Amino acid sequence: MTTAHTESTGARPLTLIAHTAFLTGRLMRTLWRTPTFLIVGLVQPVIWLLLFSRLFRSVVDLPGFTHGDGGFLRFLTPGVVMMTALFASAWAGTTYLQDIDRGVMDRLLTSPASRAAMMCATMAHQAIQTVIQSLVIVVIALIAGATFPGGPAGVALTVLAAALLTLIFSALSNAVALLTRQQATLIAISQFTTLPLMFLSSAVMDLQLAPGWVRSVAAYNPVEWAVVAAREAMAAHTDWSVVGTRLGVLAAAVAVMGFLATRAFRAYRKST
Amino acid sequence: MVAVRRAQTALEAVDLVKTYSAGRNNPPVRALRGLSFSAAKGTVFGLLGPNGAGKSTTVKILSTLSVADSGSAHVAGVDVTAKPHRVRRAIGFVAQKPGTDPMATATENLLLAGRLHGMSRHDATARARELIDRFGLAEAANRLVSTYSGGMARKLDVALGLMHRPQVLFLDEPTTGLDPQARSEMWHEIARMAADEQMTVLLTTHYLDEADHLADRLAIVDHGTVVATGTPEELKSELRGDAVQIELAEADDRAAAVLRRVHGLREITMDGCTVRGRTDDGARALPPALAALDEAGIAVASATLARPSLDDVYLRHTGHALQAPGGEDLKALEAAK
Ligand SMILES: Nc1ncnc2c1ncn2[C@@H]1O[C@H](COP(=O)(O)OP(=O)(O)OP(=O)(O)O)[C@@H](O)[C@H]1O
Ligand SMILES: [Mg+2]
Repeated sequence: MTTAHTESTGARPLTLIAHTAFLTGRLMRTLWRTPTFLIVGLVQPVIWLLLFSRLFRSVVDLPGFTHGDGGFLRFLTPGVVMMTALFASAWAGTTYLQDIDRGVMDRLLTSPASRAAMMCATMAHQAIQTVIQSLVIVVIALIAGATFPGGPAGVALTVLAAALLTLIFSALSNAVALLTRQQATLIAISQFTTLPLMFLSSAVMDLQLAPGWVRSVAAYNPVEWAVVAAREAMAAHTDWSVVGTRLGVLAAAVAVMGFLATRAFRAYRKST
Repeated sequence: MVAVRRAQTALEAVDLVKTYSAGRNNPPVRALRGLSFSAAKGTVFGLLGPNGAGKSTTVKILSTLSVADSGSAHVAGVDVTAKPHRVRRAIGFVAQKPGTDPMATATENLLLAGRLHGMSRHDATARARELIDRFGLAEAANRLVSTYSGGMARKLDVALGLMHRPQVLFLDEPTTGLDPQARSEMWHEIARMAADEQMTVLLTTHYLDEADHLADRLAIVDHGTVVATGTPEELKSELRGDAVQIELAEADDRAAAVLRRVHGLREITMDGCTVRGRTDDGARALPPALAALDEAGIAVASATLARPSLDDVYLRHTGHALQAPGGEDLKALEAAK
């Protein structure tokens, strides 16, 4: 019966990838129509980049600052890229909250689109925004006078690290959205997590200057993994094992978080 | 035997129970308490009942959106708990609240729905155009849905549910918010599709005329269970005889007692100035009833006799009357017929 039905509409079996592509397409179209968030999201990092690099220009001369080559702007750029990715992806769940509110979520959940495709699409949507924002930040840093010996490959790896970081935190944000269904909770949780994660990393300050316990904690911080990978990839003499291991753990964390977040659809179904 | 029955049964719910938690300080809400019904393939099955009766909850469980605490359900022969993904390929779902994407056009909404159901771009485009025309959305087809009126968005909701020619269509109050003309068109479409495309429709509604007109069979749901089921005609004939309704000039508690003594009148109920009763032969029972009231000194403003309506069935099973549909709705019904 199902076969006859499928034939009658000329339908072909579709994969997870096709569904992810359709759903991502929908989100990108919306982004294209209202790019406000994408643009507003760039204001803050650009201010940090230009202001901090002037204000704290001489920080690199402090004894113990080990990443001083190329000035503070070179040091700061990967940090600002990761902070932007982190703050934006912590909000990713808003898309789900909107869809829940508008009834779109329920319609998609009763369609053949798998939960995995729905999760991947929102994560991909957020990662694409991060890629755009990261590139803009790097370009502005270059215009402001920064130099990156790592060249285009270094920039590409920085963007990759930012995208992986985004995938981790947008999955987390999506899960929170599905479990709580409340904007207020989502905002509270994202503010509660992003700031500590940022300051427990070398995003804006060399950890050699921080207390020892901060360094120990930072070793488990995905933001730190991404910052370290990016800074190393953009440096003059890249240690590829550092870049490789950091990107590897980031990718593994993406897989774990994506899987767990997809499970959150079960809780949503139970309470619907 | 079971297989044959399954093949003919498009929808089957057995003993569905669903409890929602209602926050820390409230007791849980028992939305469904053992709800069962079944609908044959190619028919329109109506779920009727007061607010909070559990109609939407039933639809959500059958459409795999929600899960029941216990009980079982089959849609198009497939178990909703064991194989929800297969159920989703067979159904169209129009929820009670709108489900269109306001940041996309009607065409884009429809294309996405079609593509997710595995239609080719070419087929989906053709089908989208057909539905847009059929629901009178052609002029607005390439406008963002956020600019639509409520009724236009509602029509698009139904079109979305139909996109892939589902075997089973769930319509949760599809005509709420539609103007009389649009409602009658919608009724026409639903009846036509069920007949032409062998589609089974589960329809929930508050409009008794809608249920009477569209549903082949219906179930009256109250407090999470089915309190009556049958064809509209069966349900009406369950109520023997004509309905007598007497409006008193002013409320008088004695009226019920007086009328209960009148031969041939039964099931007397009072509601303010209105006294309702039932009789096998209204024309014969009315004069003695009026005479008895007169004798008791109770002034009568008006008296009417009616064949039983679905309204009466509803009243009898749920214990309260449903808002009578306005004149506009009746006109819509006539137009649809
Ligand atoms: N997600 C939910 N969380 C908590 N309670 C819910 C939820 N959904 C429904 N309920 C409760 O379950 C009961 C049945 O609701 P349901 O939506 O099925 O009623 P309905 O028959 O569709 O009513 P209406 O005619 O108003 O649409 C109600 O008491 C409602 O408050
Ligand atoms: Mg409802």
